[in-house]
Amino acid sequence: MAVTDEPLALTTGEDLVVDRPLGVFTRPQGGKGWRDWLSTVDHKKIGIMYGVAAMFFFVVGGIEALLIRLQLAAPDGQILSADVYNQVFTMHGVTMVFLFIMPLAAAFANYLIPLQIGARDVAFPRLNALSFWVWLSGAIFLNTSWIVGGGGADCGWFCYSPNSGLAFSPSHGVDFYALGLQIAGIASLVSAINLIVTCLNMRAPGMSLFRMPVLTWMLLVTQFLLLFAIPVITVALFLLMFDRLFDAQFFNPEAGADPLLWQHLFWIFGHPEVYIIILPAFGVVSEIIPTFSRKPIFGYSFMVFSGIAIGFMGWGVWAHHMFVSGIGPLSVWAFSMSTMFIAVPTGVKILNWLATMWGGKLRFTTAMLFAVGTVAMFTIGGLSGVTHALAPADTQQTDTYYIVAHFHYVIFGGGVLGLMGGLYFWWPKVFGFMLNETWGKVHFWTMLIGFNLTFGPMHVLGLQGMSRRIDTYSPGFGFAFWNLIATIGAFIIALSVVVFFLNVWKSRRDAPHLPAPGPDPWDARSLEWMIQSPAPEHNFDEVPIVESDDEWWHRKYGYDENKNVVRIATIEEATQKGDAVGVHLPAPSFWPLVVALGLPIIGYGLIFNLWLCVLGGALVGLGIYSWALEPVDDPDADHDHGHDDHDDDDDDDDGEGAEAEMADATAGAEEGAD
Amino acid sequence: MATATVDAAVDSHDEGGHDDHGTTTGISNTKLAMWVFLGSECLLFGGLISTYLLYKTNRGPGPENTVIPTDVFDIPFTSVSSFVLLMSSLTMVLALSALTRGDNPATRAWLLTTAMLGGVFIGGQVYEFTSFIREGVGFTHNPASSAFYTLTGFHGVHVSLGIVMLMSLYVASKQGKLQPKHTETVEIVGLYWHFVDVVWIFIFTVIYLIPVD
Amino acid sequence: MNMTETVTETATHEESHDHPSDWDYVKIALLLGAITAVEVLTYFESAITVFENNAFTIASLIVMMVVKFYLVAMYFMHLKHDNSIFTKLFGGGLALATIVYIIALSAFEFWA
Repeated sequence: MAVTDEPLALTTGEDLVVDRPLGVFTRPQGGKGWRDWLSTVDHKKIGIMYGVAAMFFFVVGGIEALLIRLQLAAPDGQILSADVYNQVFTMHGVTMVFLFIMPLAAAFANYLIPLQIGARDVAFPRLNALSFWVWLSGAIFLNTSWIVGGGGADCGWFCYSPNSGLAFSPSHGVDFYALGLQIAGIASLVSAINLIVTCLNMRAPGMSLFRMPVLTWMLLVTQFLLLFAIPVITVALFLLMFDRLFDAQFFNPEAGADPLLWQHLFWIFGHPEVYIIILPAFGVVSEIIPTFSRKPIFGYSFMVFSGIAIGFMGWGVWAHHMFVSGIGPLSVWAFSMSTMFIAVPTGVKILNWLATMWGGKLRFTTAMLFAVGTVAMFTIGGLSGVTHALAPADTQQTDTYYIVAHFHYVIFGGGVLGLMGGLYFWWPKVFGFMLNETWGKVHFWTMLIGFNLTFGPMHVLGLQGMSRRIDTYSPGFGFAFWNLIATIGAFIIALSVVVFFLNVWKSRRDAPHLPAPGPDPWDARSLEWMIQSPAPEHNFDEVPIVESDDEWWHRKYGYDENKNVVRIATIEEATQKGDAVGVHLPAPSFWPLVVALGLPIIGYGLIFNLWLCVLGGALVGLGIYSWALEPVDDPDADHDHGHDDHDDDDDDDDGEGAEAEMADATAGAEEGAD
Repeated sequence: MATATVDAAVDSHDEGGHDDHGTTTGISNTKLAMWVFLGSECLLFGGLISTYLLYKTNRGPGPENTVIPTDVFDIPFTSVSSFVLLMSSLTMVLALSALTRGDNPATRAWLLTTAMLGGVFIGGQVYEFTSFIREGVGFTHNPASSAFYTLTGFHGVHVSLGIVMLMSLYVASKQGKLQPKHTETVEIVGLYWHFVDVVWIFIFTVIYLIPVD
Repeated sequence: MNMTETVTETATHEESHDHPSDWDYVKIALLLGAITAVEVLTYFESAITVFENNAFTIASLIVMMVVKFYLVAMYFMHLKHDNSIFTKLFGGGLALATIVYIIALSAFEFWA
């Protein structure tokens, strides 16, 4: 709403850049400095910031993983104490799930959804900035527990009670876990609302829901899962926080409470969370494979509906994480059945990817290698997943390394490999230069080999009976060989990540000496390739009118009388030039950052001194009120346009007040209530 | 707060007076966002209500501190405050309707009445909590009491935030910034307010009225 | 799934004649108040003999609650006269919450 839907090129050619101080801060209008990044509401810059921050936490979580593997490399490991080991594996899981994969997926969602549906920005640009800053402040808050909280959380990423209680986890680590994830949850919830409204309401003319690219569809399903799953974990985390900080009696069995309540609440969130992690990667793969097979996706509507089906069914399988917790035979039976059924839509996807490649003109670029790798590795993880659906087998597998192997094949083999492919695929669109393909292939093969060496042997270890979360093992257990292999594999993964960063550095250094990739280096299919690389700040010079699936492809190619594909327009002819002037964009704002800064202060206040909550609350309140009173756009700038674009203007203005009100409602309600 | 052009209100036939040709569905983004948010809130309150239901007769291991909220419910009192909250939904729609007619003084009067009814409800809740605590139901005493205070407290915080929003609208109206073209802003605050009311309809029946054996 | 069609349909609906007036709202509020009065009566069960049966009391309380919920959502929140996408989104969340938490409580053998 805060962006125009039609081009507003000023025929008079006057300069529209206005720099007017508002409130405390000057609102910068573009520019390149740090202020621009702190105050930006541009979905593309926010997407880039999500990506950069996610890669930082990938390194943090990766270092934690290497510590785990070093400890387990040989029997009787001495590198970490049992206590520190607990903290490291907990924070490894929490970091990788909440601070790496989810924000990396959010990077793709932010950057690509508006481009793929032909929009100028998301529905609520300032709320989008709020999501990023709140997530980042939560992420940093969570990690400060290493310094000020007496260590990280030490209860495992799912933090079962009574381990999470004060008796077994007396440091502040779990408090930071509960509060940090709540703050990050606010970010996910706001972002989910924003992106759902964007998908429903900001599509270009002709872009019906069933013309949206599969990536956008999968991201939309993900946002719905977040929308409904985040409140459940919020409840669980609040109860945990009340238990620990205010002596409530929710999970303490000694006080008569039922620790299974936590397990249910956590996994009602936790299983949709698995699909929150994997569906964006499925979407990415569904864009890469058709492009490099030179075929449309096989069974588009099956792909979309299977994604929706996974989203629905993901709500009915949570207790398969709890088969050994004593939930009773009827529950075990029901959840076992539903878990087997959910393999069906997933299988549909895998078959459709294979059918897309079948008979295609395959080009094995790095992105394609990662996509194919994702399909293969996820299939292995999916198959071991079906073995857990069988409750008697699961009883043997629970809490062994077999489970660790399974979920890493799904999350790393599916999620991480898929998103890595996405980085190679969209890198030229985002940054205007290609990543080096040779180095990229080295990255892929080292990562794939390292991954299989690390997690493949864990199947064996699990079946041999090695428990997960144990900090060491004795030489006589027979675990030594495969653990050593897994540790070697982990370092090969680390090497592959170094190769990736070197590739980024080298490719950027070499870029000026190479031809520019142009708007459409891969001969791709969706609308983001129709604009220049890197994407101009206003996205589209003219909002495209969409007439078919794979709109961009059909603007380049048609059919001759023999139904053969023929080129009908060069890329040069079909792309937009990115030279529109005077496009009306939402003005930047510092207030989202101010609100985000207040939340961790409330968090520290709850843990250390309630007076800090007053300070943090005041900061949040100040941010929200200033935000509500700040026009999203410069009011005078609107008058310059005159009557002819009044539709756009009143959308903008209504959007402003309304967005502010919404911010009041969501941010306010979240901050105060959630 | 917003400065929509008057043309929008004139061309538009819908009650909100909003011209939303700019969006794909024709609905305003903000209203859609509020409904999406309320959908999410169902899962939040559902979790809290389920927690309370699970624990409602859980007195802990005893013998200390075993008084649970259902022992001390004062149904006539809660009925009155429930009724007050229910009627605040009526005054809320009347505020919206007054603004649609362009009757600013009536809008302010109804907004203020709504906020005050909300305030009476919150006052009642504070009274209820203090009297429960006097009767031996402490937050930390047993799972039932922890769950009760958490559930009703969350609801109370939601009502309080609603009051803050209503008073913000009241002040905006006083300053002349709330005009018929802003009906949608009032409508959206109203949606939130009614939602908080329906949550209480649920809580009143399921937590207070359905007898515990 | 074509949104534009839904919109046109809704636009005609909103041609004000079937839109509630203030008096309609007052009538709905009176109805809500009356239902609440009956609800509270169940508490003083001795007053009315039918409410001595616990199962009947619970069933009628739940029915009355659903009716009140429906009235507020449909009229005060305008779902009846508004775009159906709102009903779908809100109803989706409500239905999901109801089903998921009923299953969760069942796993605790809550109903036994």
